[in-house]
Parts: sequence; C-alpha cells; structure tokens
Amino acid sequence: MIAIVDYGIGNLHSVSKALEKLGQEVCVTSTGADIEKSHAVILPGVGSFGDAVDQMEKNGLIDPLRSFALEKKPILGICLGLQLLFEKSQESPRKKGLALIDGEVRKLPPTNKIPHMGWNRIYFRKNTPLTTNISQGRFFYFAHSYYVVPETDTDTIGICNYNVVIPVVVNHENLWGVQFHPEKSSTWGMKFLENWVGIIPK
Amino acid sequence: MLAKRIIPCLDIKEGTVVKGIHFENIKDVGDPVELSRRYEEEGADELVFLDITASYEKRETMVTVAEKVAETIFMPFTVGGGISTPEHVSKLLKAGADKVSINTAAVLNPNLVSQLADKFGSQCVVVAIDVKKTWDRITRHSYWEVFINGGRTPTGKDALSWANQVEKLGAGEILLTSMDTDGTQSGYDISLTRKIAERVTIPVIASGGAGKLEHLLSVLREGQADAALVASIFHYKQFTILEAKNFLKKRGIPVRTED
Repeated sequence: MIAIVDYGIGNLHSVSKALEKLGQEVCVTSTGADIEKSHAVILPGVGSFGDAVDQMEKNGLIDPLRSFALEKKPILGICLGLQLLFEKSQESPRKKGLALIDGEVRKLPPTNKIPHMGWNRIYFRKNTPLTTNISQGRFFYFAHSYYVVPETDTDTIGICNYNVVIPVVVNHENLWGVQFHPEKSSTWGMKFLENWVGIIPK
Repeated sequence: MLAKRIIPCLDIKEGTVVKGIHFENIKDVGDPVELSRRYEEEGADELVFLDITASYEKRETMVTVAEKVAETIFMPFTVGGGISTPEHVSKLLKAGADKVSINTAAVLNPNLVSQLADKFGSQCVVVAIDVKKTWDRITRHSYWEVFINGGRTPTGKDALSWANQVEKLGAGEILLTSMDTDGTQSGYDISLTRKIAERVTIPVIASGGAGKLEHLLSVLREGQADAALVASIFHYKQFTILEAKNFLKKRGIPVRTED
C-alpha cells in the first residue's frame, strides 16, 4: 500500500487516481498509524510550506514520517512535497520541514516570470531506475515559486532550465523528490510514476 | 525553455460544454469528460473549465465535473465560475483541480486573492479579468474597463491597474478576456494583452477572439502572452491542437510537442 499524506489542502485526487491507474493500492491519510503500515509514502504537492508543516505537526506526522524515512522505505515528494524533505524554506522561514535531505528551499530569482508555470524540458544527469525509458528533454508540468538546492551536488539527478538551473529530480538513498507534477504530466509523468512504483519493495 | 501553452477553454452550463458568442446565444458542443480526453490526446497543455452561469445564479458548481475529469485525464486544469470562498476552493482542489480562477469575487473582495494565495499557494490562484473598451465621458478618453458577473456588470475599474493590484495580492496568473473580441473569431486584443503582460511579472493567459492560427501566433509573439486560451476553433474541429502547435513551432514559438 502507498500512503498519500493529506495536509488538509490541495489536490490529492489526481495523484491517487494516477497510482490506481498503475494498479496500486493507495490510502490518503493524515495519521501516523497508516504511514507505519505502508510500503511507500507520497508527499503530494499543493499548498504553502508553512501550512503543510503546521498540518503535519497538528496531526503528529513529523516523527512517523522521519522514522519511515530512516527505515529506508521509499518516499516520493512531489513539488511542495519535495521541498518538505528539506529543513527550511524561504517561503516560511520560521517553520521546520522534515530535514531529511541537506540543503535549502529558495525563492526563484525574479529574472523570469514567477510562478514557473507550465511545461518545461527536463534533463537527467545520470541514469537511475526512475529515468528508465524517459529520454532527455521531455516536457513535464511545473507550477511553483520556490525550488530546492540540495547541499550535496550528487543528490540532484535531473534539472531544468528557467534562466536559473533548477534541480527538479532529487534522490538521496530511499528519498526521491520531483519539482514537477508527474500526475499532471500526461504520458511521461505516468511513465515516471510507473518507474517509481517499480522500486517499491513488495 | 518554458513552452507557450495552448489551453482549450470549456464553458460549462449545467454540466455540458457550451460556447457563447459575446457571452450569449449558447450552443451545445458536448460532454466535458469526453472533450477533455480528446484534448489530452491532441496535446493540449492545460484545460480551463468555466461555469458561465455560476456567478450570476450564485451557485457553487463544478466539483463533480472536476472529479470526473481528474479521473480521466492526467494534465493540469483550472476551474472557474462563481467561486467566492476558501472552502469552495478547497473542495475543487481536492476534487482534482490544479487551479481556481476567480473573477467577480476578487473584485468585490480583493482580500480573497491574498487569502487563497496564503492558504493554497499563488500557483493555484488565477484571477480572471473580463475587459471591455469603454468611453469615459468625464475624462473624454477610452479605457479598458473591468466587468464582472460574466460580463454583465461594469465596475468602473481600470484593467491595467487592476492587473497590478491582483499581482500584488498574490495571484499566480491572470486570465485576460477581451469582451470586445470574445466569440468574434477576429483575433485576440493584442494591444490589451501586451499592455498587461508588460506590466506584470506573473503569467498572462490571453483569451477571446481566436479564429485562425495566425491569431495564436500574434498574441503569443506581439501580445507577449504566456498562453492562449482557445475554444471555438478546437471545439468545432476547424483545427486540431497539434496543427496549431506545428504552425507555431515552424514560426519559432516554443511549444510542447512529442519530439
């Protein structure tokens, strides 16, 4: 079972429907008990950093999520979900995220339109199980104003260009994160999710 | 490089897709789920669903449509029409919408824009601005006036300064409709679109008037729009989205195609 964490805001329907289409059993949840029972967790992507942290704290999810990660079980963060894997964000400087990957979340520089909204090409720096059968330069859908900067350069495995080079696929051991929305990126997004589902130990 | 978006707009009345000419004379063109599927296959970058009667009749609609669409297609879509509370927005996002578009409620209560941006993030707050060129009898100049309630009510507000204001309030995108060109198929209002696109740093979706592929080209190039909203020419199959994108690509506009 894959647990999709509900912060009480945002679109969870699309990501759960996408996983169901891939034949997965999913559970949209805001309890630590459901997370402990799951094989994998998705941190989905809508809302602001501070609100999501507040909701996770209120529902007592921080510790269960951290232990889940430390047990080396797979977590996929999508958009804001990727940002929540980091400790702090310029979006909500007083809030502390899950702090599972070293680095920080910054506001996109004002050299381009913000939010970075629409379809952009992504490029992989190396091949991983998640990039199987997805060629370089495919379009994925983005909608964000903040981006992650992992401290360890090798954690960044996919990038896109938006005047600034944005790390858009991040991997640290069992933790995966994408700045785009695979559940909204049509054919290639579904392929990406299928690849991630493929690495979940049964 | 970020692709310019081609966005079919589906005007919805009582669960059915319709397209108004000058916001009146409505014709029936089909089922929203069926049309969404067709547009995803053709390569639409996003979809917009507007409940064209919601604001007037003060209904909260579209949650069911959003749910059905989200089960069928895996691409971004926006829902608008009669949205005036964070609770309603929350329901729509939970049903699978990525963004909501607010119009009348934003004019009546500008704080709603910042409230929504704080709670859900700017990326899901689209402010729709319906604009008509109006003669001001006092200054003896014409200006672009903002209209609300589906184009029925003039507000006396200047569209250019309203665009700046919604950006400051936290809107993530502006959906700009020229009521003068909407439904005419005579081309977008290029000068209006360009004026607004130059004033704000958030993306601008141009709407109203697409009749030929050249119209898309000029609003994305001269009009500096980030996206073009299109209805009739796709609904009635004058062109497919792929034909439109190939046309734009040949002329140097970055668009998303599968090669």
